[in-house]
Amino acid sequence: MTARIRSILKSQKVIVICSSILCVLFLMALFAPWLAPNDPVVVNLAHKLQKPSLIYPFGTDHLGRCTLSRILYGARISLGFAMLIFVSALSIGLIIGIIAGYIGGWVDQLLMRLGDGLMAIPSLLFVLGFVGIWGAGLKQVVLGLIVVQWVYYARVIRGMVLSLKEQNYITAAKISGSSTWTIMKKHIIPNVLPSLAVMGTLEMGWAIMNLSSMSFLGLGVQPPTPEWGAMIHEGKSYIRTNPALMIYPGLMIMLVVVSFNLLGEALSERFEVKRR
Amino acid sequence: MSLLQAKQVSFSYNSKKLFKGNDQTNKILNEISFTIEEGSCLGLIGTSGAGKSTLGKVVLGIQRPQQGQVLFQGHDIFHANKATKQQIRRNLQVVFQDSFSAVNPRMTAERIISEPLENYEKLTVGEQRKKVIELLERVGLNKKDLNKYPHQFSGGQLQRINIARAIALKPKLIVLDESVSSLDMVTQSLILELLSELKDDYGLSYLFITHDIKAAFSISDQIGVLEKGELIELYDSKDQFFSSKHPVVKRLRDSILAEHPRFRTLQRQTLVKKQISLGEEHLKDERKR
Repeated sequence: MTARIRSILKSQKVIVICSSILCVLFLMALFAPWLAPNDPVVVNLAHKLQKPSLIYPFGTDHLGRCTLSRILYGARISLGFAMLIFVSALSIGLIIGIIAGYIGGWVDQLLMRLGDGLMAIPSLLFVLGFVGIWGAGLKQVVLGLIVVQWVYYARVIRGMVLSLKEQNYITAAKISGSSTWTIMKKHIIPNVLPSLAVMGTLEMGWAIMNLSSMSFLGLGVQPPTPEWGAMIHEGKSYIRTNPALMIYPGLMIMLVVVSFNLLGEALSERFEVKRR
Repeated sequence: MSLLQAKQVSFSYNSKKLFKGNDQTNKILNEISFTIEEGSCLGLIGTSGAGKSTLGKVVLGIQRPQQGQVLFQGHDIFHANKATKQQIRRNLQVVFQDSFSAVNPRMTAERIISEPLENYEKLTVGEQRKKVIELLERVGLNKKDLNKYPHQFSGGQLQRINIARAIALKPKLIVLDESVSSLDMVTQSLILELLSELKDDYGLSYLFITHDIKAAFSISDQIGVLEKGELIELYDSKDQFFSSKHPVVKRLRDSILAEHPRFRTLQRQTLVKKQISLGEEHLKDERKR
């Protein structure tokens, strides 16, 4: 057994390393309240812009808040909401993609032209539009990103369903008397999901990047809530004196995005999934 | 009353455009009529692209023909009410050519075979498993194969699983769409043997679609020749087929390889001669003009 585990570790090095990094980060986010040494939002101007010490392992920001605690709590927002965007966009895309692909005809035309219309607008513009209407905030940004993102899933899934639909075993299932719903449940969804998991890993990186950049622009998370993108934004005035304020959250974003992307690449290579 | 009756079935593929252009129609089947009696086998032979598989799909009720009717025990399969349609569906089954693509690669043999049972017969888990084992044994496999995945079977074994799935509901008619064409000679004859056994046991009827004339004769009671979407002639016996004067039938007959290679070269020579003489005639015609 141990020999087998060792051989897996060796052959799937990238997958193992990246997924363990991500696991650690997710656990960090989950247990932030217990791990964080200080309250992330308590302002203490007497301790502002301190160097790393025992009480503040990563130092403090311009309002005297603990950087490490803010990074730990920030992971909750960055990872959690990226996950939310990913899961909701995936579910919407899955449903619409399967309907468009399987039913076809004018339904397909309608849904796909709607998708084309959404894709014609740059995603940044879309989110800006949402923020312009309802004001800056996390909810608006998340909603905007979901609206932009489902189209990609729907298109890929539709393509997969179109090719699956022509498979003989779908015809055979129809002849066996299976209803459309049974065919989707038994034959189409199980065959689509593995490729989706791979695609989703790649898209998670995208979601985190976008969420952070929106917060950096001041459109997403509002102070004092800690979020990595917002932390970079707050730290940018002190780039000459205290570059650490930008470096730590920046490194975190890089670590997560790079891990997700490498993991996605490795998985897609392993399962030979085509990217969009 | 005959089991299945096709009346002047015509089918064509339309390529419809979103913005109206010229609708191009591609005629695949042209006014085809035939009947299959209960317990008999109709063999359909023809070259690739003759419309054999499309005809199979029309008979199965998957493709709706533009004209004509398909009657199953007197009911029009495309215009029956829902209950009748369900009954017809369970009595019409299929075995495809490519056994690997006809099964979901993520399902075990048990789940593949039990799919029609789940849809029509409400059995308990134990009863269903018993039935699946029975079916597996009937087609020459055994209990051990229950939890295997398609990639663990050979083409011939998988075709047996496809047959087991087709007979699971005790249907009246099975469409065999090139079912033995991609198997080697030995497996082919074993599967043909199994099929004719099942035909007697269950009182099945077959629509045997193939391009293999020898295979067609080994199992069919009646042979039809399909060419460019038209059913040219129906033959009740081998002799009738071999004495037919129809040029398409002649060409099919000439394509059967002689048993001994020496005769094959002779055969080829006569074919070449025939083609040369045809060419000469053509030239003569040209000159006359």
